[in-house]
Amino acid sequence: MQTEPAVSARLAEFATARSGDKGNHANIGVVAVDEAAYERLREWLTAERVADFFKDLGADRVERFELPNVQAFNFVLYNALAGGASRSLRIDTQGKLLGTAILEMRLS
Amino acid sequence: MTIRVGNGAGFLGDQLDAPRRLAEAGDLDYLTLEYLAELTMSILARRREKDPAAGYADDFLDVLPGLTQNLNADAPLKIVTNAGGINPECCAVAAGKILVDAGLGDEQIGVVTGDDLLPRLAELQAGGYELRNLDTGQPLSDLDSPVVSANAYLGAGPLVESIQQGARITIAGRVADASLTLAPAVAEFGWSWNDWPMLAAASVAGHLIECGAQATGGYSVAWQGRRLADVGYPIAEIGQSGDIVITKAPGTGGSVTRRSVVEQLVYEIGDPSSYLTPDVVVDFTTVQVQQDGQDRVRVAGASGRPAPEKLKVSLAYRDGFMASAMVLVYGDDCLEKARECEQIVWERLSRAGVTFSRKLGELLGAGQAAGASGAADAPFHGREIVLRLTVHDPRREAVERFTREIAPLITSGPAGLAGYAAGRAVVRPVFAYWPTLIPRELVVSNVRVQTARNWARG
Repeated sequence: MQTEPAVSARLAEFATARSGDKGNHANIGVVAVDEAAYERLREWLTAERVADFFKDLGADRVERFELPNVQAFNFVLYNALAGGASRSLRIDTQGKLLGTAILEMRLS
Repeated sequence: MTIRVGNGAGFLGDQLDAPRRLAEAGDLDYLTLEYLAELTMSILARRREKDPAAGYADDFLDVLPGLTQNLNADAPLKIVTNAGGINPECCAVAAGKILVDAGLGDEQIGVVTGDDLLPRLAELQAGGYELRNLDTGQPLSDLDSPVVSANAYLGAGPLVESIQQGARITIAGRVADASLTLAPAVAEFGWSWNDWPMLAAASVAGHLIECGAQATGGYSVAWQGRRLADVGYPIAEIGQSGDIVITKAPGTGGSVTRRSVVEQLVYEIGDPSSYLTPDVVVDFTTVQVQQDGQDRVRVAGASGRPAPEKLKVSLAYRDGFMASAMVLVYGDDCLEKARECEQIVWERLSRAGVTFSRKLGELLGAGQAAGASGAADAPFHGREIVLRLTVHDPRREAVERFTREIAPLITSGPAGLAGYAAGRAVVRPVFAYWPTLIPRELVVSNVRVQTARNWARG
């Protein structure tokens, strides 16, 4: 079944998100707005798409975990933080911006 | 029977008025104060290097005077905190003095120690424990930099002991964040240490409130109209049979919704089916979250498995020096000018023979800070931008030299620069993080409970 929308829509219409750090890894929690959005994102918001969107961060790999009971996903971006909280050179040492950024993805 | 546990601090540097406001309005049985992020241990290690009596979360001493009235109330409040950092006993001495000054010298303060493995590292390595880095697999013996702190994550056990021995304030160092909330529940309800569903339920509650206002409307992408200036900090109602409600004090800002709670459930976790604490392995995928009235969210269904056989250790080692400098660049051509400024700085340093093991230039305002796809190629229409330069090197002199190469841009770079008046960038020592594991039987916690008056005597 074709689950992608006909016109490109921002992820922000389907979910909210927040992000943080564990050492040198970042995580992004994505919470779907409802059951239908969750099912759609389960198809579309793959670990590969998220890895591609954030490829400039240089993560080793991205893993997706599903929480169907609460219609949420957890994405772990391994070694995405250029050294992590104490030694990253970036202004966003702890990946706090990623949750806001992921919502700019376009579903198409 | 139900207890109300409120968390008034989510990190070292959180709102100083939040604990008092929560204690006054929250009708709490317990107030938890969580100060120790991974990064924080290395900050505290740095403070202890300068002063052997420092190394705890001094925010706690700033908020404690405002809590003495609640400690003195008819239905007295108990406090459980990890403010001890890497020096819990010195924290208790200072807290004892505050209680004595408030006429509460007879109240008991409990101190939990045993998490500090720094004095034992050589002995552990000699005993065949390699303390391999969880990320890289390297044994600690490969590390040729000095270790400045090494702390095992303790669980709720010693906190419960302290509470049961009558401590009104329990001060620990590195304990798992969720254990701060689990401990009051175990102390009050007498749950056994293998009652996994109960331990899981209260640990989920602890995870949900550990970051303060993030459970009550803070840090949300839907931030409009939330009255965050007056945000209420989170309260977990924990029932004897493991039923959990997350809420906040009436009349406060923010909001507790199914969404605010689910967002926090998936905050800073790895595999949600195995959320590890020293007390229990929790499965978040079985958790159900339901709105149960205004600013009340019911959290049920957490399942738990036996606690891990190894404890996590947070270890920090010296890793050279860093500095960051920023300059505002103004004008229609600000993007090109900022890039030119960056090149000027690097070229001058290179000519002076100064190199760095790592360096980075960022253009703040260009939309690239989050590493999102396409941002680097997107057209830029701004009229000003901030150039931020950061360097890292083992040699303090090299980093120091970098900090002296920014101000000269003002007269010998392009026109349209500002923001240098704050002075030279600060050179800071870097402490890098080495996560590892240790068999739990090697970690022996200690609980010492005595009156504030006795602690105050040092």
